[in-house]
Amino acid sequence: MASSLLRTSTSALRAATRSAKPVGAAGLAGTSFVRGKATLPDLSYDYGALEPHISGKIMELHHKNHHQTYVNGLNAAVEQIQEAQAKGDMAKAASFAPLLNFHGGGHINHSLFWENLAPSGKGGGGGPEGELAKEIDETFGGFEPLRKKMNAALAGIQGSGWAWLVQDGEKGGLSVITKANQDPVTGSLKPLLGIDAWEHAYYLQYQNRKAEYFDAVWNVVNWETVGKRMS
Amino acid sequence: MASPTHKLPSLGYSYDALEPAISAQIMDLHHSKHHATYVANLNAALASYSSASVPDQIALQAAIKFNGGGHINHSLFWANLTPASSPDANPQAAPQLIKSIGETWGSVGGLQAAVKAAALGIQGSGWVWLVREQGGKAAGRGGLRIVPTKDQDPVVGGEIPIIGIDMWEHAYYLQARQFPLHYLNGKASYIDNIWSVINWKTAEERFLGGREEAFSVLKSSL
Repeated sequence: MASSLLRTSTSALRAATRSAKPVGAAGLAGTSFVRGKATLPDLSYDYGALEPHISGKIMELHHKNHHQTYVNGLNAAVEQIQEAQAKGDMAKAASFAPLLNFHGGGHINHSLFWENLAPSGKGGGGGPEGELAKEIDETFGGFEPLRKKMNAALAGIQGSGWAWLVQDGEKGGLSVITKANQDPVTGSLKPLLGIDAWEHAYYLQYQNRKAEYFDAVWNVVNWETVGKRMS
Repeated sequence: MASPTHKLPSLGYSYDALEPAISAQIMDLHHSKHHATYVANLNAALASYSSASVPDQIALQAAIKFNGGGHINHSLFWANLTPASSPDANPQAAPQLIKSIGETWGSVGGLQAAVKAAALGIQGSGWVWLVREQGGKAAGRGGLRIVPTKDQDPVVGGEIPIIGIDMWEHAYYLQARQFPLHYLNGKASYIDNIWSVINWKTAEERFLGGREEAFSVLKSSL
């Protein structure tokens, strides 16, 4: 997993998918689940630290309200899945899959997002370096073409979603993909850099001028984190 | 052959007329920027469609669906809103529809609870619609349903849209703490408050009419 912040959610997800042991049904959800509960990760910078590119007000709402709602929704979904599993009702457990995907994805995506941002001039901005820069040059012809490609992908999202720079864990190559709503990056693809294109990520500051947000966010990309995620 | 050009329809009220439920700033941006962009992009896609090759036409279909849907949905939305002070904002302006709502959900409150649950269940951007199934006889015959739709997908499956509520974040997010009614991420409050500006007269007309009447707003913006 690319982010240390996700350790709790990973175990929660694993707990959700492993078959429940038939202990006393009532105690099961309580004990085995509480240990794996997802929690809201702290940011390593202040809410106002990404200004003027992302306002403190946006960061605060985005982290304290939106991300927290995904954390709560993930924990609720895991709990409901475990309860259904404990009763042997697999059809009911499966019915929570969309909620697990949405809230689990929301938790994963935002956790990765906060970590791949940093205050401008204090880890944020500039461009890729080292191996990452080499890979980006080879795949996209440089940082500027990558930026253009990713901004075009972000602008093309029809609704809510994310754009990601990803690495294929099997073939190794880089690519830019988009994901709808809170669908997480899965399969052999590894998320390196994520940019949130939901309206709540920019609307209070940029309103409908989302292209300005897509331009500005590059000033606060934490390239060290992005580079470390690449294998 | 040139395709007809779609135009941004004018609202039947001023941008500030829906306050405090929906602020003038939201209405202004929503109409003059968001809706205008859907119209411009729809026209651009349609303009290149007829001369495009078949593969290119297929590629254009996503843009037509998204921007055409955005144009349809917003046009219907503006017309099913009205200032709270208007007599049309009173459910009594829709006697036949209210009767049918009572048969389906028990009361307007029952409908509102069902709409709220559907709206809050949307995972991403979208709309929630009260629709009437086509086929049944119009008045008093039920056939009402609540349909959530994603992104800008329009209700074009044969149902007649009666009331549409925009659940995109741009529809409510800007109402921050300084407003008498504030929303930000609190979309449940937005849903609760929008009922004060629902145009029940329009809803009744759509309920009693057919699809052609419901979508007539689009003709006037051609």
